[in-house]
Amino acid sequence: MVQDLFVASDVQVAYGGKRLLNGERVGGVKVLYGVDLRIGRGETVGIVGESGSGKTTLGRALMRLIDIDAGRIVFDGRDITQLLESQMRPLRRRMQIIFQDPMTSLNPRHTVRRILVEPLLFHRVARDHADAERRVRGFFDRVGLPLACLDRTPHELSGGQRQRVGIARAALLEPDFVLADEIVSGLDVSTQAQALNLLKTLTRDLGLAMAFISHDLSVIRAVCDRVYVMKAGLVVEEGRCEDVFAAPKSRYTRLLIDAIPLPEIDPGWLDRDVAPETD
Amino acid sequence: MTEASVSSFPAASGPNLATRRLRALLAEPKVTIGGGFILALIAIALFAPWIAPKNPLDQDLMLASLPPAGLASAEPGYYLGTDDLGRDVLSRLIYGARIALIVAFVAASLAALAGTALGLLAGWYRGWVDGLISRLVDIWMAFPPVLLSILLVAVLGAGVGSVIAAIAIIDWTRFCRVVRAETMAQAQADYVTAAHAIGFPPFHILMREILPNVVPALLALVSLEMGIAVIVEAILSFVGLSVSSDTPTWGGMIAEGRQFIHQTWWVFAAPLAALFATVLAFNQLGDGLRRALDPVLRR
Amino acid sequence: MTAPILSIRRLSAASKLEDAQPILRRVSLDLAPGETLGLVGESGAGKSTIAKALLGVLPRTVRITHGEILFEGRDLMITPRRETRAIFGDAIALVPQDPMTALNPGRRIEAQLTDGLRLRRGMNARAAHKRALELLAEVRIADPERVLRAYPHQLSGGMRQRVLIAAAFALEPKIIVADEPTTALDVTVQKQILRLIRQMQEAHRTAVIFVTHDLGVVAQICDRVTLLFAGAVIESGPTADILSTPRHPYTRALIAAGPRYDRPEAGLKPVPEALVAELRLEVEGVGG
Repeated sequence: MVQDLFVASDVQVAYGGKRLLNGERVGGVKVLYGVDLRIGRGETVGIVGESGSGKTTLGRALMRLIDIDAGRIVFDGRDITQLLESQMRPLRRRMQIIFQDPMTSLNPRHTVRRILVEPLLFHRVARDHADAERRVRGFFDRVGLPLACLDRTPHELSGGQRQRVGIARAALLEPDFVLADEIVSGLDVSTQAQALNLLKTLTRDLGLAMAFISHDLSVIRAVCDRVYVMKAGLVVEEGRCEDVFAAPKSRYTRLLIDAIPLPEIDPGWLDRDVAPETD
Repeated sequence: MTEASVSSFPAASGPNLATRRLRALLAEPKVTIGGGFILALIAIALFAPWIAPKNPLDQDLMLASLPPAGLASAEPGYYLGTDDLGRDVLSRLIYGARIALIVAFVAASLAALAGTALGLLAGWYRGWVDGLISRLVDIWMAFPPVLLSILLVAVLGAGVGSVIAAIAIIDWTRFCRVVRAETMAQAQADYVTAAHAIGFPPFHILMREILPNVVPALLALVSLEMGIAVIVEAILSFVGLSVSSDTPTWGGMIAEGRQFIHQTWWVFAAPLAALFATVLAFNQLGDGLRRALDPVLRR
Repeated sequence: MTAPILSIRRLSAASKLEDAQPILRRVSLDLAPGETLGLVGESGAGKSTIAKALLGVLPRTVRITHGEILFEGRDLMITPRRETRAIFGDAIALVPQDPMTALNPGRRIEAQLTDGLRLRRGMNARAAHKRALELLAEVRIADPERVLRAYPHQLSGGMRQRVLIAAAFALEPKIIVADEPTTALDVTVQKQILRLIRQMQEAHRTAVIFVTHDLGVVAQICDRVTLLFAGAVIESGPTADILSTPRHPYTRALIAAGPRYDRPEAGLKPVPEALVAELRLEVEGVGG
């Protein structure tokens, strides 16, 4: 049994409304209705759901990028639910995030060099500027990014290169955990395959735990050990990928799986409906 | 030591970012034409004593109301003619550029500084900070600007310092509004969340991540504001609230020329044309800067 | 085979910008009445350019250098503008990619749905309203009266795409160009929309050009498929043949690149860079 890295219990989040002095929220829209989630060290966990399922909110809540209304989040044995931002700061290096759109997640006014070197110096992962530069260059070799990219700004790179810079920024800090938020939607299949393979190699080599958020069950199946299926702010199914895909328990999971068109002729697919709930 | 070891890495390839930004700027005709005009004007203002053909204050009633060169009864050496007191219009125009430019640069910079600082605070902290600053801006903008500036100068006393203070005090709101909106928009971008996730403190995120993205809009606005400052200075000179009348200003020249517009129209037309060209150049420069510095527009 | 309703013959296009980059390289394809043709390729393959050319909305930066587009035997490239008005957006209609931006946020659905009926068919407001209700019922919108009064932001993405499909079929077009109509939608909604397009097409005997990058969608909805790479046709044929026995190595590579939930070990093989380079050379030989 793997050791737990992230344990979230009964996480609830709402947006909008008003907050009373005791922290209670009046009005607003509930996005997460009490979610339990566990991520082991080195484990890749998929979080899948359609738009409005709360998967992105859950990911950001785990990393304390948004405040939660109720519940508890434990990272590496430490309750981080109530930590102040200054107390979170040393932990931030250990949990990183890779975004869906590398175009907007990389500062358009900075060079790639600055985007990558600055965090290394800030967290003292690198001793000095030269050490940081060496690490960045080493990583570029490893992921097949040309060194010329270092002096470019993000909009001067191709989509695949930008995505790799986004991955580099997270991985260079030597975290224990990365959150990958829809990182391959919108990429061509070939570029997508490259990015996913790179991510698989990195998590394996660095012993990284990963939460992989996606709306695409095929991608989840390809990279994840376990999967959480979310719908409307709740987890409707959880389990090892082999089990969930072989015999989905919830009707919603069956609906999602059935809705994926496979690249082979299946004359009945378009008119087939998933059987209604039997239990 | 660190510095030396960094420079021991050869540049990866191609010119660095600053060089490329400069090239992008120079490739924008509005920047080169507008900026070129302003640079020329600065040079003229700086070297006025050497460039101006006559002393701008010298009166000679024998040579009063001469028309510009090329017209009948023009005198050689008085290229733009003389006014009713016989002062050389071209020389007065050249010296007038000094006041116009000093006011433009100092007033616009002060207004930009104050407005940007408050705009960043309002856009970043939102909540009551934003409420306070935005209400202040609303109240400020409800005053008619020209009347307010006349009132301010009347209170502060005439003079170039008062004119600058009046413009800065009135026009910081323009910068505040734009910077606040831009900061709010940028704060929503993923790169800000990324900076937060890395653990950068809020002040670092505001100054080093967000501010550079606000600068293109800001620079464009500063340039436009310089044009506005030139006009406001002219208005205040026109009503006699700027510098004392022994210093030539474009606004003062327009006011003097207005009285004899039917006889010596050039005394009125020359400073008006200078004013028009300068404001146009600042506006073109501002528009060009916005285009050239915006990485999205440029692609 | 029946005579094609649409026939593209050796169509070439190039960028008008300095680089004069070729965008389409001698593309030929036929569309039979009532059939669905998939236009497939990665980004930059030229599939959207073809779609735009068919709708007469090519961007100013693109110039057709060569070839013809024959609609019912008439070359649209040389037909006078006056006459193409009855074809572009009328006999050939669009189902756009992003239902969120394709509708004007400031106008009610009724106004947007009846524009074509009133302007191009001369219907009065009452007749257009009646026809709009029928169309919405046909795309299975439960409360059409309410939807007609609604503004776009009051509808979900799936609902908006239904409205756009209704709008596309409003003028009884002969060809529908569906430009990635489901990419912006959730998978469960995608399936409903694909089903709806199929049903509408069968009811109206409309031919469909379905632009997509998803071979799964192609397999389920297209009769034939044309695969593009860098503006050139790589392979063309019945969907079943292309997917089960692809002849071109690029087709095989593209099929192997997509992840599959039923065979997790099979997918995620990037198209080999050597193959892409070789293909690029080959395609450039075809010229503009």
